[in-house]
Amino acid sequence: MTQQISLKKLTLLALPLLVASPWMPQWMLFMVTIAMANGLVGLGLMLFLRAGLVSFGQALYFCVGAYTTGLISHFFKFNEVLILLLLSALASGVLAFALGFLLAKYRAIFFGLLSLAFSMILYGLLAKSEALGSTDGFNIPAVTLMGWLPPSDLVRVSILWVAFITVGICLIFINGLIRSPRGLLLTAIRDNEIRTEYMGGSARKTIHLIYVIAGVLAGLGGAIAAIAVGHIDPTMAFWTTSGEFIFITILGGIGSVLAPFLGALVFGVIHTLAFSNSPNTWQLLIGSTLIFVILLLPDGLWSLTSKFKRVK
Amino acid sequence: MDQFLVVFVDGINYAAWLFLSAVGLTLIYGVMKIVNVAHGSFYSLGAYVSATVVGLWFRYGFDPYLSYLALFVAALLAGFVVGPPIERFLLRYQYDKDEVVILLITYGLFLILEDVIKLIWGVDPYFVSEPYELLGNFEFASMTYPSYYILMVVLALLVGLTLMFVLKKTQFGRMLISVIHDREISSAMGINVGKIFILTFGAGCSLAALAGAFTAPTISVTPGLGVEVIVLSFAVVVTGGLGSMAGVALASIIMGLVRAFCIHFAPELELFVIFSVMALVLSFRPRGLFSLAESRKI
Repeated sequence: MTQQISLKKLTLLALPLLVASPWMPQWMLFMVTIAMANGLVGLGLMLFLRAGLVSFGQALYFCVGAYTTGLISHFFKFNEVLILLLLSALASGVLAFALGFLLAKYRAIFFGLLSLAFSMILYGLLAKSEALGSTDGFNIPAVTLMGWLPPSDLVRVSILWVAFITVGICLIFINGLIRSPRGLLLTAIRDNEIRTEYMGGSARKTIHLIYVIAGVLAGLGGAIAAIAVGHIDPTMAFWTTSGEFIFITILGGIGSVLAPFLGALVFGVIHTLAFSNSPNTWQLLIGSTLIFVILLLPDGLWSLTSKFKRVK
Repeated sequence: MDQFLVVFVDGINYAAWLFLSAVGLTLIYGVMKIVNVAHGSFYSLGAYVSATVVGLWFRYGFDPYLSYLALFVAALLAGFVVGPPIERFLLRYQYDKDEVVILLITYGLFLILEDVIKLIWGVDPYFVSEPYELLGNFEFASMTYPSYYILMVVLALLVGLTLMFVLKKTQFGRMLISVIHDREISSAMGINVGKIFILTFGAGCSLAALAGAFTAPTISVTPGLGVEVIVLSFAVVVTGGLGSMAGVALASIIMGLVRAFCIHFAPELELFVIFSVMALVLSFRPRGLFSLAESRKI
């Protein structure tokens, strides 16, 4: 079921976008950047879904990533984007490693709801901490790229490039992971955990590993989103944010590492168009799409790509 | 000492509210194994229906004390009008799917219902405090409280005892318990499982609407009301043990008291503390306080 992507294919996909990016309108640059950030979180959720798990708290790491970037650039006046991304990934990874000891033992609905609890704990803390602006959050100053401060007309393009490169690296890594023995265990765990253990695979270790990886991905996504938006607030940890990530992942499907990014782009388009045209019915559209996809297209939009392919 | 009494009264009031909001969720899960995210929407639906009903009730000058009865009936009707069709025409065909997938479907429903409510009632807030003010205040341990507190606690007790009675003493309740334990065998014994499901779903939705309806007079009814209620209900239900009625009652009381304690002594921890209790309980009892034993899939 997994479509393998090669480095060549990836470059072929990304290159036209990279070349076209300086001519894209600002709103589109913004939308694609946010889609990349959301797609990274979706990529982590895709790993969970392969193991039959759904996390309702991935917003926790999204928010930790965003706040790490925000706090360092706001309070320490340090705003080198590559270092910020690394530190955000590290912070999320460390937290995920710690919580993973607990969460890796949980399955099904309990995994989802316990992760929800942790994200709501962070939301509750941030929403009440006045030093961090309570529910209003705070602004993030402009960032530099290896010491270079992009002029205002190039800010969005440069952030998009950073996002693309980050996504590219993650894609290659995850693509390798899901084809490795460890990655193949995920599907085995979903199908039958006890049999998997009889074969010598450790379900707990595997889930702990993907929990950390998903946390790092979400942290990176959060950092990119924070830099692109220039503002962070506690709703990044609220459960509805986790809900959006789940929507993105279900919409894209789990057939390929590119699927969450397709889902995120489609979500971005729906969000941009529907939100500006009728702000009171856009959730209705998202909800109907979610039910439609689950009922009629259970493998997500990505499964459409294989339907139009010639049988080899 | 007085301060602890204040905490106690506030805590019990909040516990009553938590119990009312969450009990429908656990009922639906216990019987149907559905974690119903749309529960929050039924809470908002109840609140909005209540806003309309109370508004009309007082405009036409009916007996103000009967407005509580009107609220009660309107909430039950709202739940039973909107809930069962959802079960009959959508969820009924999904029972062979994974629990988590059904949860996602109800999440989709939640998003849809949130906007439908906005389309019907608009986005402006409603204020219907008449039933709240009508009862006046009462004094307890040299502090004054709104008497509406008592109404909420009585309502919660009434709902809890009625559910217990129905489950333990009536024929319907016994059929329900047999369906909870084994859907297939119950159906082989001649129980109409489809009918039980549609009634349970309707009852669960009505309970959510009931909680919303009786909370509406104490708050301003605005869009997005259900968003917070649903996660709080999750916290209570999971802490108590999904599907356990006694669990919900105990978890509501624990969380109500802990939250009241926090609000009085460390208000900045208010939201944090509820989910911390949930995480703490789940770390030591992974399936909640009262949980049914479950067989493992080999």
